[in-house]
Amino acid sequence: MADKKHPTPMLDELEHGPWPSFVSGIKRLRDQHLDERVNGVANDLLGQLEHSYETRKGYWKGGTVSVYGYGGGIIPRFSEVGKQFPESKEFHTLRVQPPAGNHYSTDMLRQLADSWEKWGSGLVTFHGQTGNIMFIGATTENTQHFFDEINEYGFDLGGAGPCVRTAMSCVGSARCEQSCANEHKIHRKLVNNFTDDIHRPALPYKFKFKVSGCPNDCTNSIERADFAVIGTWRDAIKIDQDAFKEYVAVKGRQHVIDNIVTRCPSKCMSLRDDDSLEIDDRNCVKCMHCLNVVPKALSPGDDKGVTLLIGGKRTLKIGDLMGTVIIPFMKLETEEDYDRLVEIAEETIDFWADNGLEHERCGEMIERIGLVNFLEGIGVDVDPNMISHPRESSYVRMDGWDEEAEKWFKRKMEQRQAPASETV
Amino acid sequence: MAKKQMRQAIESGCPDGFQYMHPVMLKNFGQWKYHDHPRPGVLRHVGHSGDVVWTVKAGTQRILDVFTLRKLCDIGDRYADGHVRFTMRSNIEYMVADEAKVEPLINALETAGFVVGGTANSVAMISHTQGWLHCDIPGTDASGVVKAMMDELIDEFKNCNMPNRVHITTSCCQINCGGQGDIAINVQHTKPPKINHDLVANVCERPSVVARCPVAAIRPAQVNGKPSLEVDEKKCICCGACYPPCPPMQINDPEHSKLAIWVGGNHSNARSKPSFQKLVAGGVPNNPPRWPEATMIVKRILKVYKEDAKDWERINDWIDRIGWSRFFELTGLPFTKFHIDNWRGSRKSLNASTHIRF
Ligand code: HEM
Ligand code: SF4
Ligand code: SF4
Repeated sequence: MADKKHPTPMLDELEHGPWPSFVSGIKRLRDQHLDERVNGVANDLLGQLEHSYETRKGYWKGGTVSVYGYGGGIIPRFSEVGKQFPESKEFHTLRVQPPAGNHYSTDMLRQLADSWEKWGSGLVTFHGQTGNIMFIGATTENTQHFFDEINEYGFDLGGAGPCVRTAMSCVGSARCEQSCANEHKIHRKLVNNFTDDIHRPALPYKFKFKVSGCPNDCTNSIERADFAVIGTWRDAIKIDQDAFKEYVAVKGRQHVIDNIVTRCPSKCMSLRDDDSLEIDDRNCVKCMHCLNVVPKALSPGDDKGVTLLIGGKRTLKIGDLMGTVIIPFMKLETEEDYDRLVEIAEETIDFWADNGLEHERCGEMIERIGLVNFLEGIGVDVDPNMISHPRESSYVRMDGWDEEAEKWFKRKMEQRQAPASETV
Repeated sequence: MAKKQMRQAIESGCPDGFQYMHPVMLKNFGQWKYHDHPRPGVLRHVGHSGDVVWTVKAGTQRILDVFTLRKLCDIGDRYADGHVRFTMRSNIEYMVADEAKVEPLINALETAGFVVGGTANSVAMISHTQGWLHCDIPGTDASGVVKAMMDELIDEFKNCNMPNRVHITTSCCQINCGGQGDIAINVQHTKPPKINHDLVANVCERPSVVARCPVAAIRPAQVNGKPSLEVDEKKCICCGACYPPCPPMQINDPEHSKLAIWVGGNHSNARSKPSFQKLVAGGVPNNPPRWPEATMIVKRILKVYKEDAKDWERINDWIDRIGWSRFFELTGLPFTKFHIDNWRGSRKSLNASTHIRF
């Protein structure tokens, strides 16, 4: 039990109301935990947080902390007001990579809880926005002990700093009918190929992989990942016409027209007179809307694969960027297909490591040098699916047109001869 | 101070999730046929095999103490099958193969104070960052803002009365770690950094700080005989990008660091292409412990969206249909010169047409 509890009148206000309160949770650690170390840490943490609430300022500063052999994975936090709150003055976060898909057994969660209360504050988040399990609050020394313990039973640190970061994948194939990919396998194939780049930050800046099983993009990969892998399909949407007619019968034609047919962004569907559905699949852009509305009747096709987009990131430095298409479609069936995916990631990271400026994200580099230079750097051919529309400005040098046109015709010819499994 | 026997790390990377997955999910991996939504907070997935899995989703305080984590595990052992997963927005999900387990599970969660919901057309859990609890650069708290706001939005979390789902995010600095949201509540500084010139030389790598500024407003300078940095305050956009690499450039200001509210960020490709959020309100006081002003604006936007949007319209889809002029009219929020973008590429955001709704 902490000797003297810091008064927390402002934080106490966050114990009212129906939503579960993190303040009550920290107080439980202060008042009920059997380990006095944990009580003391929680007490001083509450004290410092209350001080922030009063003064509207943060009081943590960074530093350098890592575990033996690694250069990253820990967010070091030293208190600027450590004299007043000594027991939480070293309060580092360990970023730990969760199992792909964020699945856990309760046994495993308990094991993690046991290790964490032994070495840390007892506060943990599943998961931070980076995709990591955030074990919040350990001293420099205990950081190593905690890591050693959980590393023995299969957990490893994630990324922090200018390095490959922890990846994220959606629930996907594990429980979602829209999934067109094995998110688990993609996630682990990609990120576990770069463990060295995760643990030893030496890139221009951060690099994130995110994997979504379909264009609903539940992991926000286009907006938040340098390298987004999104499941899709090339053939027709599968329609169970009986189930569709049943839906029309229950919901009515007007509902179906207003909520499905006219909402299709490429206007590729029509409700037939017998209440069956017609889709012009060549113009379907795989937006997912109709499949989301009637999952029982409409499903993705069988010719599944993924689209790759590069360059998503948030504000710093040049403003938010979305990822843009670099591979419109590739199959992921054989081991060679997966190897090709990893190869594209390697080419991308290598090119960016060589050409990115310090603190420049991959998307910012592409913005600076142009997509074409990037594509040439990683050995990917241009494709009209990479753009919304062709160039509008005539300020461009176009010597060499005939050779470029020739390349296009040659590629088209090769594609016609190649088996269907090749990239479009 | 290398210890004698340092343990060599096992660089195992991302663990295999299959070992922890619920057996019905494992068995039907990639073979799900469809799902439905029996009630808010519950999903029912049906596999091609005929197997069914029920998912019960619950919101928590996200910053979990080990007591709460164990309580969630106890519920999983007693009422579910000992397997859980966490969603992108930090909700916990329990899966059960037997419909009879659903009601007792919901009761157990609610009795223990967790909030069942967050599915389909609800206001989902607000995704948030670390704030004063743990970040080194925050202008505000994160968990506190979210707790205060979820107290007010809890009915929208527990029900599915919105036209489509609503994802709210918060960010406690202008780097905006919280990500894009249908509604985003983000710190917005309004004054340039205050520089502690005594510390700059020791703490900051000056060339990299100069390089960090998006508008090249920082230059090296001698101040009081010491090497330091100075900021062209006319150029400065008060973004705070210089603060992480150079903490003596204090950007956080108890009075002048405000909150701004943005709408229409949508990551999904459903219907329209993904979109970035747009500024709708600024100057919102950063007012702990419960930030009532920010919550009021969020509730006002939600109310109008709920009344005016059509089924399946996300906030961005809805505004695309009704236009920005009507959005400001319906929400009663002021439209100011700050809403007109002047960052790179901003001409694309101007109306170069006579398409105007009267
Ligand atoms: C404890 C300290 C920090 C924490 C917990 C933290 C956490 C995060 C999180 C959760 C995200 C969102 C990640 C995602 O979208 O996948 C993020 C994004 C970001 N962080 Fe940090 N961060 C911290 C410090 C910093 C610092 C000091 C900087 C700047 C030097 C920084 C720069 C960024 C940027 C630019 C993003 C934008 C998102 C993106 O482009 O991916 N962060 N951070
Ligand atoms: S991204 Fe698609 S496949 Fe993945 S969970 Fe979301 S809807 Fe399902
Ligand atoms: S998936 Fe999207 S584009 Fe395709 S038919 Fe459905 S609504 Fe239209």
